[in-house]
Amino acid sequence: MTVPRLYRVPLPALAAASLVLVTTALALVFFVAPNDADQGFSQRIFYFHVSVAFTAYACFAGGAWKALLHLWKRDPRADLESYVAIHQGLIFGSLVLVTGSIWAKISWGHWWLWSEDQLVLFLVLFLFYAAYFMLRFSVDPGPQRANFSAVYALFGIVLVPVSFLAIRIAKSFIHPIVFTRHGPNFGGWILAAYCVSQAALLVLAYTLYRIELSGKRIDLRLRELRTA
Amino acid sequence: MTYFADVRALARKDMLLELRARDTLPAMLLFVVATFAVFHFALPERSSHLAASGLLWVAILFTALLGLGRAFVPEREQHVLDGLVLAPCDRSAIWLGKGIATLAFLGAAELVALPVFALFFHGVDAATIGAVALADVGICAVGTFLGAMAVATRARDLLLPLLFLPLAIPIVVGGVGASVVSSPGRYLGFLVLYDTLFALLCWATFEYVVTE
Amino acid sequence: MIRARKLGKRFGEKRVLRGVDLDLEQGGFAVVTGPNGSGKTTLLRICAGLALPSEGELEVDVPRAAVGYLAHEPLVYRELSALENLELYGRLYHVPERRERTGMLLERFGLWDVRHERVASYSRGMTQRLALCRVLLHDPQLLVLDEPYTALDTAGAELLDAQLAELHRERTLLVATHDPDRVAPLATTRLALA
Repeated sequence: MTVPRLYRVPLPALAAASLVLVTTALALVFFVAPNDADQGFSQRIFYFHVSVAFTAYACFAGGAWKALLHLWKRDPRADLESYVAIHQGLIFGSLVLVTGSIWAKISWGHWWLWSEDQLVLFLVLFLFYAAYFMLRFSVDPGPQRANFSAVYALFGIVLVPVSFLAIRIAKSFIHPIVFTRHGPNFGGWILAAYCVSQAALLVLAYTLYRIELSGKRIDLRLRELRTA
Repeated sequence: MTYFADVRALARKDMLLELRARDTLPAMLLFVVATFAVFHFALPERSSHLAASGLLWVAILFTALLGLGRAFVPEREQHVLDGLVLAPCDRSAIWLGKGIATLAFLGAAELVALPVFALFFHGVDAATIGAVALADVGICAVGTFLGAMAVATRARDLLLPLLFLPLAIPIVVGGVGASVVSSPGRYLGFLVLYDTLFALLCWATFEYVVTE
Repeated sequence: MIRARKLGKRFGEKRVLRGVDLDLEQGGFAVVTGPNGSGKTTLLRICAGLALPSEGELEVDVPRAAVGYLAHEPLVYRELSALENLELYGRLYHVPERRERTGMLLERFGLWDVRHERVASYSRGMTQRLALCRVLLHDPQLLVLDEPYTALDTAGAELLDAQLAELHRERTLLVATHDPDRVAPLATTRLALA
């Protein structure tokens, strides 16, 4: 049984591209980019931490876009696509928390830093999108579940900037211990390493998205055929 | 405009339901006072004045959750929601009517809660009251919306706090900020932003929560 | 007034309706029969506008305000009185001369004396009569009734017979029932779901 081809870029090509990009990124980050002046070798996790964060945002945005398509255009494929995108987003979001925590431990000796805006934001988003899955699993499959998920995904994407702003303004009264960090000066190999890691992770995320999506589609189609 | 007439009819119905049942509002009042008592024992001796302010907001949030969990129960239990959805009114009116009624109950509970807080801990200034009012709007808008979804799921009242708390974090930031900081304007402004954005989103998407 | 072609409905994996065709012209009376679980309620919900079909086409020529739907559940608030419930629906449907019409319906269905009491205190039959009042309150063009005779005693059933006969002349009816013989003389279309 063949699954109809829905996308222009074939999956094997994507997988190959991911492999190449991730390998290149790892090579650049660990062997080519110069050491950070303050933190040395341990700072390298930052290339992945930032890229993973951006990739997670992209996944959540993609999920929200598909959710909008579901509600507005009644696209029958959009619900599943939104769900898978948000699933990827949650996975990458968890990675943000993990890489951020590792970086914080290595750099400052603490496993968690409330002063790191990005980390706190991802904590809130993790809680929010984990609840998305609880919502989805608590409703029987059908149009109602698709509508609920889509609406909640839209709430999520509005929450991202609002939470970020909240975390920023909370600092005036929470006074966490602030650790100063010099931003990387984006020159030469540092910029290259960052760009390649970002590209690698975006392509990897998209590849995983397509893999999970096709798996779930086949599963759904099989069940539909069984009860037809 | 017929839209507001519909909202009024629906809000009136919700107030009438609560007046008959007389269970949610007394429960919220008792809960909030009990929570304050718990806070007294939960705050070690040399805790700051500010810690108590923060806890006020925790109390408001959880008291609201108590009321919100019950908001759509009559509609779902008796399937009356179908009757409301069939009516020619805009579906968002259902959310707005219910939200306004819930806001009234939350406000009524706070009319008691704030003086009790002042009695147990410390006085409440104008900025705090303003923040409470603004926060209530956001809490009721988002909470009523999520309540309509939660009550249609299997997990019901387990789910509402999970859905609501991440969305409530910005409200807490705005509220505590306004209560604690000397120039609260920024935080009050933030609450207005939150309320506007999320109320708009709720209003635009409630249709999809109650229809297919 | 209603035109359905190859209507299908599934909830996730479960298929509830398949390949249903229905033609109901204005002023017609369609009777839907079938065993439990055959999808009668789902079909009526779709025609009333509460659900969307998963497949097929559906055309319903009347706006939402002109549809009256009687469900399995009475769709009334148990903690409010009959009068308060009808007052709410009357406002939502913008019924002209709301009070008079409410009073007239309550009297016709024998609920005038209990109009101020909570619906929770009514018997099942009385609640069903109130549901019928609710359906007729806004004088709908299209009436979709899901097993309207449920819980009615002989008097109630006779009231409903008379009401249906009267409505049949000017309104369009879609009725699902376990007892097709009762409405057989009025039916213009029959649909049996497997």
